[in-house]
Amino acid sequence: MSIIGEFEAVLVKYELLTAFVFVGLVMLASYWLSDRLTRGSIHGSAVAITAGLGLAYWAGVTTGGSQGVADITLLSGVGLLGGAMFRDFAIIATAYGADLEAIRRGGIVGAASVVIGVVLSFLVGAVVAVSFGYTDPIDVTTIGAGAVTYIVGPVTGTALGASSEIVVLSVGAGLVKSVLVMVGTPLVANKIGLNNPVSAMVYGGLMGTTSGVAGGLAATDPRLVPYGAMTATFYTGAGCLLAPSILFLAVRLFI
Amino acid sequence: MVIYGVALLAACMLLGIQMGSWLGTALGIEANVGGVGLAMLMLIVLSNLSKQRFHLSPVSESGIKFWSAMYIPIVVAMAAKQNVAAALDGGLVALVAGILAVSASFLLVPVLARFDKETALEDAENSLPKQ
Repeated sequence: MSIIGEFEAVLVKYELLTAFVFVGLVMLASYWLSDRLTRGSIHGSAVAITAGLGLAYWAGVTTGGSQGVADITLLSGVGLLGGAMFRDFAIIATAYGADLEAIRRGGIVGAASVVIGVVLSFLVGAVVAVSFGYTDPIDVTTIGAGAVTYIVGPVTGTALGASSEIVVLSVGAGLVKSVLVMVGTPLVANKIGLNNPVSAMVYGGLMGTTSGVAGGLAATDPRLVPYGAMTATFYTGAGCLLAPSILFLAVRLFI
Repeated sequence: MVIYGVALLAACMLLGIQMGSWLGTALGIEANVGGVGLAMLMLIVLSNLSKQRFHLSPVSESGIKFWSAMYIPIVVAMAAKQNVAAALDGGLVALVAGILAVSASFLLVPVLARFDKETALEDAENSLPKQ
Protein backbone atom coordinates (compact mmCIF):
# COMPACT_ATOMS: atom_id res chain seq x y z
CA MET A 1 0.00 0.00 0.00
CA SER A 2 1.30 3.46 -0.86
CA ILE A 3 2.04 6.04 1.80
CA ILE A 4 -0.95 8.13 0.70
CA GLY A 5 -3.14 5.08 0.82
CA GLU A 6 -1.97 4.28 4.33
CA PHE A 7 -2.67 7.83 5.50
CA GLU A 8 -6.11 7.70 3.91
CA ALA A 9 -6.84 4.60 5.94
CA VAL A 10 -5.85 6.49 9.10
CA LEU A 11 -8.11 9.45 8.17
CA VAL A 12 -11.04 7.11 7.61
CA LYS A 13 -10.41 5.15 10.80
CA TYR A 14 -10.26 8.30 12.98
CA GLU A 15 -13.18 9.97 11.24
CA LEU A 16 -14.10 12.51 13.94
CA LEU A 17 -10.54 13.86 14.12
CA THR A 18 -10.49 14.15 10.34
CA ALA A 19 -13.71 16.16 10.60
CA PHE A 20 -12.06 18.52 13.13
CA VAL A 21 -9.21 19.13 10.68
CA PHE A 22 -11.63 19.55 7.77
CA VAL A 23 -13.81 22.11 9.57
CA GLY A 24 -10.71 23.86 10.88
CA LEU A 25 -9.35 24.24 7.36
CA VAL A 26 -12.71 25.43 6.01
CA MET A 27 -12.87 28.06 8.75
CA LEU A 28 -9.26 29.09 8.28
CA ALA A 29 -9.84 29.65 4.57
CA SER A 30 -13.18 31.38 5.24
CA TYR A 31 -11.85 33.80 7.85
CA TRP A 32 -8.90 34.55 5.57
CA LEU A 33 -11.26 35.25 2.66
CA SER A 34 -13.47 37.34 4.93
CA ASP A 35 -10.45 39.40 5.97
CA ARG A 36 -8.84 39.78 2.57
CA LEU A 37 -11.76 39.99 0.14
CA THR A 38 -14.48 41.67 2.21
CA ARG A 39 -12.24 43.31 4.84
CA GLY A 40 -14.40 41.64 7.48
CA SER A 41 -17.67 43.16 6.24
CA ILE A 42 -18.99 39.63 5.75
CA HIS A 43 -18.19 37.78 8.95
CA GLY A 44 -15.89 34.75 8.68
CA SER A 45 -18.52 32.48 10.22
CA ALA A 46 -21.00 33.41 7.49
CA VAL A 47 -18.39 32.70 4.82
CA ALA A 48 -17.58 29.37 6.50
CA ILE A 49 -21.22 28.29 6.65
CA THR A 50 -21.71 29.32 3.02
CA ALA A 51 -18.60 27.33 2.13
CA GLY A 52 -20.00 24.35 4.06
CA LEU A 53 -23.29 24.54 2.15
CA GLY A 54 -21.37 24.96 -1.11
CA LEU A 55 -19.21 21.92 -0.40
CA ALA A 56 -22.32 19.96 0.57
CA TYR A 57 -23.89 20.93 -2.75
CA TRP A 58 -20.79 19.86 -4.65
CA ALA A 59 -20.63 16.57 -2.70
CA GLY A 60 -24.33 15.93 -3.27
CA VAL A 61 -23.95 16.38 -7.03
CA THR A 62 -20.77 14.27 -7.09
CA THR A 63 -21.86 11.36 -4.87
CA GLY A 64 -25.60 11.50 -5.44
CA GLY A 65 -26.04 11.04 -1.68
CA SER A 66 -28.16 13.02 0.77
CA GLN A 67 -25.61 13.67 3.51
CA GLY A 68 -23.46 16.31 1.85
CA VAL A 69 -19.71 15.85 2.32
CA ALA A 70 -20.41 13.11 4.89
CA ASP A 71 -21.12 10.83 1.91
CA ILE A 72 -17.46 11.10 0.96
CA THR A 73 -15.78 8.24 2.84
CA LEU A 74 -12.86 10.43 3.88
CA LEU A 75 -15.21 13.01 5.44
CA SER A 76 -17.77 10.69 7.03
CA GLY A 77 -16.84 12.18 10.43
CA VAL A 78 -18.45 15.48 9.40
CA GLY A 79 -21.76 13.64 9.69
CA LEU A 80 -21.02 12.94 13.35
CA LEU A 81 -19.60 16.39 14.16
CA GLY A 82 -22.46 18.16 12.39
CA GLY A 83 -25.08 15.73 13.69
CA ALA A 84 -27.84 16.45 16.18
CA MET A 85 -25.89 15.35 19.26
CA PHE A 86 -22.89 17.67 18.91
CA ARG A 87 -25.02 20.47 17.46
CA ASP A 88 -27.44 20.56 20.40
CA PHE A 89 -24.56 20.11 22.87
CA ALA A 90 -22.82 23.22 21.55
CA ILE A 91 -26.05 25.24 21.41
CA ILE A 92 -26.83 24.46 25.04
CA ALA A 93 -23.27 25.40 26.02
CA THR A 94 -23.77 28.91 24.60
CA ALA A 95 -26.51 29.49 27.20
CA TYR A 96 -24.00 29.24 30.03
CA GLY A 97 -23.36 32.58 31.66
CA ALA A 98 -26.35 34.30 30.05
CA ASP A 99 -27.31 36.75 32.78
CA LEU A 100 -30.97 36.65 33.86
CA GLU A 101 -30.39 39.71 36.05
CA ALA A 102 -29.08 41.79 33.15
CA ILE A 103 -32.17 40.94 31.14
CA ARG A 104 -34.32 42.14 34.04
CA ARG A 105 -32.29 45.36 34.25
CA GLY A 106 -32.74 45.93 30.53
CA GLY A 107 -36.46 45.92 31.17
CA ILE A 108 -39.30 43.72 30.07
CA VAL A 109 -38.83 45.03 26.54
CA GLY A 110 -35.54 43.14 26.22
CA ALA A 111 -37.24 39.84 26.99
CA ALA A 112 -40.34 40.79 25.00
CA SER A 113 -38.23 41.56 21.96
CA VAL A 114 -36.90 38.00 22.03
CA VAL A 115 -40.39 36.49 21.94
CA ILE A 116 -41.70 39.11 19.49
CA GLY A 117 -38.62 38.62 17.29
CA VAL A 118 -39.06 34.84 17.18
CA VAL A 119 -42.78 35.07 16.42
CA LEU A 120 -42.31 37.84 13.82
CA SER A 121 -39.56 36.06 11.88
CA PHE A 122 -41.43 32.77 12.14
CA LEU A 123 -44.61 34.40 10.85
CA VAL A 124 -42.84 36.02 7.91
CA GLY A 125 -41.09 32.74 7.03
CA ALA A 126 -44.31 30.73 7.34
CA VAL A 127 -46.29 33.19 5.18
CA VAL A 128 -43.57 33.08 2.52
CA ALA A 129 -43.61 29.26 2.65
CA VAL A 130 -47.40 29.18 2.18
CA SER A 131 -47.24 31.74 -0.64
CA PHE A 132 -44.70 29.51 -2.38
CA GLY A 133 -47.19 26.64 -2.27
CA TYR A 134 -46.11 24.64 0.77
CA THR A 135 -49.17 23.18 2.48
CA ASP A 136 -47.81 20.54 4.89
CA PRO A 137 -47.82 22.05 8.43
CA ILE A 138 -44.44 20.43 9.18
CA ASP A 139 -42.86 22.00 6.08
CA VAL A 140 -44.38 25.43 6.78
CA THR A 141 -43.28 25.31 10.43
CA THR A 142 -39.74 24.24 9.56
CA ILE A 143 -39.30 27.00 6.96
CA GLY A 144 -40.79 29.53 9.38
CA ALA A 145 -38.38 28.28 12.05
CA GLY A 146 -35.52 28.67 9.58
CA ALA A 147 -36.43 32.33 9.22
CA VAL A 148 -35.91 32.49 13.00
CA THR A 149 -32.32 31.17 12.84
CA TYR A 150 -30.41 28.52 10.96
CA ILE A 151 -30.31 26.57 14.23
CA VAL A 152 -34.00 26.74 15.09
CA GLY A 153 -34.86 25.53 11.58
CA PRO A 154 -33.00 22.21 11.75
CA VAL A 155 -33.84 21.68 15.43
CA THR A 156 -37.53 22.15 14.63
CA GLY A 157 -37.31 20.13 11.43
CA THR A 158 -35.61 17.24 13.22
CA ALA A 159 -38.11 17.35 16.08
CA LEU A 160 -41.09 17.29 13.71
CA GLY A 161 -39.57 14.81 11.25
CA ALA A 162 -39.28 17.14 8.26
CA SER A 163 -37.44 15.95 5.15
CA SER A 164 -33.80 16.87 4.67
CA GLU A 165 -34.72 19.12 1.71
CA ILE A 166 -37.01 21.23 3.87
CA VAL A 167 -34.38 21.37 6.61
CA VAL A 168 -31.84 22.66 4.07
CA LEU A 169 -34.34 25.31 2.96
CA SER A 170 -34.73 26.39 6.57
CA VAL A 171 -30.94 26.53 7.03
CA GLY A 172 -30.78 28.54 3.81
CA ALA A 173 -33.37 31.03 5.05
CA GLY A 174 -31.49 31.36 8.34
CA LEU A 175 -28.22 31.80 6.49
CA VAL A 176 -29.66 34.54 4.26
CA LYS A 177 -30.87 36.20 7.44
CA SER A 178 -27.52 35.85 9.20
CA VAL A 179 -25.54 37.29 6.28
CA LEU A 180 -28.07 40.12 5.77
CA VAL A 181 -27.92 41.05 9.46
CA MET A 182 -24.12 41.20 9.37
CA VAL A 183 -23.93 43.21 6.17
CA GLY A 184 -27.04 45.33 6.72
CA THR A 185 -26.64 46.35 10.36
CA PRO A 186 -23.96 49.03 9.91
CA LEU A 187 -25.98 50.42 6.98
CA VAL A 188 -29.24 50.83 8.90
CA ALA A 189 -27.81 51.44 12.40
CA ASN A 190 -28.46 55.19 12.35
CA LYS A 191 -31.95 54.89 10.92
CA ILE A 192 -33.09 52.38 13.55
CA GLY A 193 -31.41 54.23 16.43
CA LEU A 194 -28.92 51.49 17.18
CA ASN A 195 -26.56 53.57 19.31
CA ASN A 196 -27.26 52.66 22.95
CA PRO A 197 -27.31 49.53 25.14
CA VAL A 198 -31.13 49.38 25.32
CA SER A 199 -31.67 49.48 21.56
CA ALA A 200 -28.81 46.99 21.20
CA MET A 201 -30.64 44.59 23.53
CA VAL A 202 -33.84 45.06 21.53
CA TYR A 203 -31.92 44.59 18.30
CA GLY A 204 -30.27 41.39 19.57
CA GLY A 205 -33.63 40.07 20.69
CA LEU A 206 -35.34 40.84 17.38
CA MET A 207 -32.58 39.56 15.09
CA GLY A 208 -31.46 36.66 17.25
CA THR A 209 -29.01 35.05 14.86
CA THR A 210 -25.94 34.91 17.10
CA SER A 211 -23.23 35.24 14.47
CA GLY A 212 -25.32 37.81 12.60
CA VAL A 213 -25.78 39.93 15.72
CA ALA A 214 -22.14 39.56 16.83
CA GLY A 215 -20.89 40.42 13.35
CA GLY A 216 -23.44 43.18 12.77
CA LEU A 217 -22.76 44.94 16.07
CA ALA A 218 -19.01 44.51 15.80
CA ALA A 219 -19.18 46.26 12.43
CA THR A 220 -21.38 49.03 13.85
CA ASP A 221 -20.01 49.71 17.33
CA PRO A 222 -18.07 46.98 19.18
CA ARG A 223 -19.15 48.41 22.55
CA LEU A 224 -22.72 47.31 21.83
CA VAL A 225 -21.78 43.65 21.22
CA PRO A 226 -22.32 42.29 24.76
CA TYR A 227 -25.82 43.83 25.03
CA GLY A 228 -27.01 42.52 21.69
CA ALA A 229 -25.32 39.16 22.05
CA MET A 230 -26.88 38.70 25.48
CA THR A 231 -30.49 38.91 24.27
CA ALA A 232 -29.56 37.03 21.11
CA THR A 233 -28.35 34.20 23.36
CA PHE A 234 -31.94 33.70 24.49
CA TYR A 235 -33.34 33.90 20.99
CA THR A 236 -32.32 30.50 19.68
CA GLY A 237 -33.45 28.92 22.96
CA ALA A 238 -36.81 30.69 22.75
CA GLY A 239 -37.08 29.61 19.13
CA CYS A 240 -36.25 25.98 19.96
CA LEU A 241 -38.87 26.11 22.68
CA LEU A 242 -41.63 27.90 20.72
CA ALA A 243 -41.28 26.73 17.10
CA PRO A 244 -41.79 22.96 17.46
CA SER A 245 -44.46 23.44 20.13
CA ILE A 246 -46.83 26.44 20.30
CA LEU A 247 -46.00 27.82 16.86
CA PHE A 248 -46.34 24.38 15.24
CA LEU A 249 -49.74 23.93 16.90
CA ALA A 250 -50.76 27.39 15.66
CA VAL A 251 -49.72 26.51 12.10
CA ARG A 252 -51.71 23.27 12.33
CA LEU A 253 -54.77 25.27 13.39
CA PHE A 254 -54.58 27.54 10.34
CA ILE A 255 -53.63 24.99 7.67
CA MET B 1 -11.92 19.78 36.97
CA VAL B 2 -12.82 20.27 33.34
CA ILE B 3 -14.96 17.15 33.37
CA TYR B 4 -17.35 18.71 35.94
CA GLY B 5 -18.35 21.37 33.41
CA VAL B 6 -18.65 18.90 30.57
CA ALA B 7 -20.61 16.47 32.76
CA LEU B 8 -23.00 19.22 33.90
CA LEU B 9 -23.55 20.29 30.31
CA ALA B 10 -24.20 16.71 29.21
CA ALA B 11 -26.53 16.07 32.17
CA CYS B 12 -28.55 19.22 31.34
CA MET B 13 -28.88 18.10 27.74
CA LEU B 14 -29.91 14.53 28.63
CA LEU B 15 -32.49 15.77 31.15
CA GLY B 16 -33.73 18.43 28.74
CA ILE B 17 -34.13 15.95 25.89
CA GLN B 18 -36.02 13.57 28.20
CA MET B 19 -38.32 16.37 29.41
CA GLY B 20 -38.82 17.54 25.83
CA SER B 21 -39.79 14.04 24.86
CA TRP B 22 -42.33 13.88 27.71
CA LEU B 23 -43.66 17.31 26.75
CA GLY B 24 -44.08 16.09 23.19
CA THR B 25 -46.04 13.08 24.39
CA ALA B 26 -48.17 15.32 26.61
CA LEU B 27 -48.92 17.64 23.68
CA GLY B 28 -49.72 14.73 21.41
CA ILE B 29 -46.81 15.44 19.08
CA GLU B 30 -44.53 12.59 18.14
CA ALA B 31 -41.56 14.86 18.57
CA ASN B 32 -39.11 16.26 21.05
CA VAL B 33 -40.67 19.55 22.09
CA GLY B 34 -38.21 22.17 23.24
CA GLY B 35 -35.77 19.71 24.81
CA VAL B 36 -32.80 21.86 23.78
CA GLY B 37 -34.51 25.01 25.07
CA LEU B 38 -35.29 23.33 28.41
CA ALA B 39 -31.66 22.22 28.79
CA MET B 40 -30.53 25.80 28.09
CA LEU B 41 -32.96 27.07 30.69
CA MET B 42 -31.54 24.66 33.29
CA LEU B 43 -28.01 25.82 32.54
CA ILE B 44 -28.94 29.52 32.68
CA VAL B 45 -30.77 29.09 36.00
CA LEU B 46 -27.84 27.11 37.44
CA SER B 47 -25.26 29.64 36.30
CA ASN B 48 -27.31 32.45 37.84
CA LEU B 49 -27.68 30.85 41.28
CA SER B 50 -25.74 32.47 44.11
CA LYS B 51 -22.17 31.32 44.62
CA GLN B 52 -23.10 29.63 47.89
CA ARG B 53 -25.71 27.46 46.21
CA PHE B 54 -23.90 26.72 42.97
CA HIS B 55 -20.30 27.34 42.01
CA LEU B 56 -18.09 26.09 39.23
CA SER B 57 -14.38 26.78 39.34
CA PRO B 58 -12.96 28.58 36.28
CA VAL B 59 -11.35 25.31 35.19
CA SER B 60 -14.69 23.49 35.39
CA GLU B 61 -16.37 26.35 33.54
CA SER B 62 -13.86 25.97 30.73
CA GLY B 63 -15.39 22.55 30.07
CA ILE B 64 -18.63 24.34 29.11
CA LYS B 65 -17.00 27.31 27.43
CA PHE B 66 -15.03 25.06 25.12
CA TRP B 67 -18.23 23.61 23.69
CA SER B 68 -19.77 27.06 23.49
CA ALA B 69 -16.80 28.15 21.40
CA MET B 70 -17.26 25.06 19.20
CA TYR B 71 -20.74 26.30 18.29
CA ILE B 72 -19.84 27.95 14.97
CA PRO B 73 -17.49 25.15 13.77
CA ILE B 74 -20.17 22.57 14.56
CA VAL B 75 -22.70 24.65 12.65
CA VAL B 76 -20.24 24.71 9.73
CA ALA B 77 -20.03 20.89 9.89
CA MET B 78 -23.82 20.77 10.03
CA ALA B 79 -24.05 22.92 6.90
CA ALA B 80 -21.51 20.68 5.15
CA LYS B 81 -23.61 17.56 5.71
CA GLN B 82 -26.91 18.98 4.48
CA ASN B 83 -28.66 17.81 1.34
CA VAL B 84 -28.11 21.10 -0.49
CA ALA B 85 -28.22 19.65 -3.99
CA ALA B 86 -31.78 18.39 -3.53
CA ALA B 87 -33.03 21.63 -2.04
CA LEU B 88 -31.68 24.05 -4.60
CA ASP B 89 -34.97 24.02 -6.53
CA GLY B 90 -36.67 25.85 -3.68
CA GLY B 91 -33.80 28.29 -3.13
CA LEU B 92 -35.99 31.31 -3.79
CA VAL B 93 -38.17 30.49 -0.77
CA ALA B 94 -35.13 30.65 1.50
CA LEU B 95 -33.98 33.91 -0.05
CA VAL B 96 -37.37 35.63 0.16
CA ALA B 97 -38.08 34.31 3.67
CA GLY B 98 -34.68 35.46 4.89
CA ILE B 99 -34.86 38.92 3.32
CA LEU B 100 -38.39 39.64 4.54
CA ALA B 101 -37.70 38.33 8.06
CA VAL B 102 -34.67 40.61 8.42
CA SER B 103 -36.47 43.63 6.96
CA ALA B 104 -39.43 43.19 9.31
CA SER B 105 -37.11 42.74 12.31
CA PHE B 106 -35.04 45.84 11.45
CA LEU B 107 -38.22 47.91 11.18
CA LEU B 108 -39.37 46.81 14.63
CA VAL B 109 -36.14 47.78 16.46
CA PRO B 110 -36.96 51.51 16.88
CA VAL B 111 -40.60 50.70 17.71
CA LEU B 112 -39.67 48.40 20.62
CA ALA B 113 -36.62 50.41 21.73
CA ARG B 114 -38.85 53.47 22.18
CA PHE B 115 -40.88 51.53 24.75
CA ASP B 116 -37.87 51.17 26.97
CA LYS B 117 -36.09 54.43 26.27
CA GLU B 118 -38.38 56.29 28.66
CA THR B 119 -37.90 53.80 31.45
CA ALA B 120 -34.21 53.79 30.67
CA LEU B 121 -34.16 57.58 31.00
CA GLU B 122 -36.10 57.39 34.26
CA ASP B 123 -33.72 54.79 35.60
CA ALA B 124 -30.79 56.96 34.63
CA GLU B 125 -32.31 59.97 36.38
CA ASN B 126 -33.15 57.96 39.50
CA SER B 127 -29.65 56.58 39.64
CA LEU B 128 -28.11 60.04 39.46
CA PRO B 129 -26.70 61.21 42.80
CA LYS B 130 -29.18 63.46 44.62
CA GLN B 131 -28.01 67.03 44.93
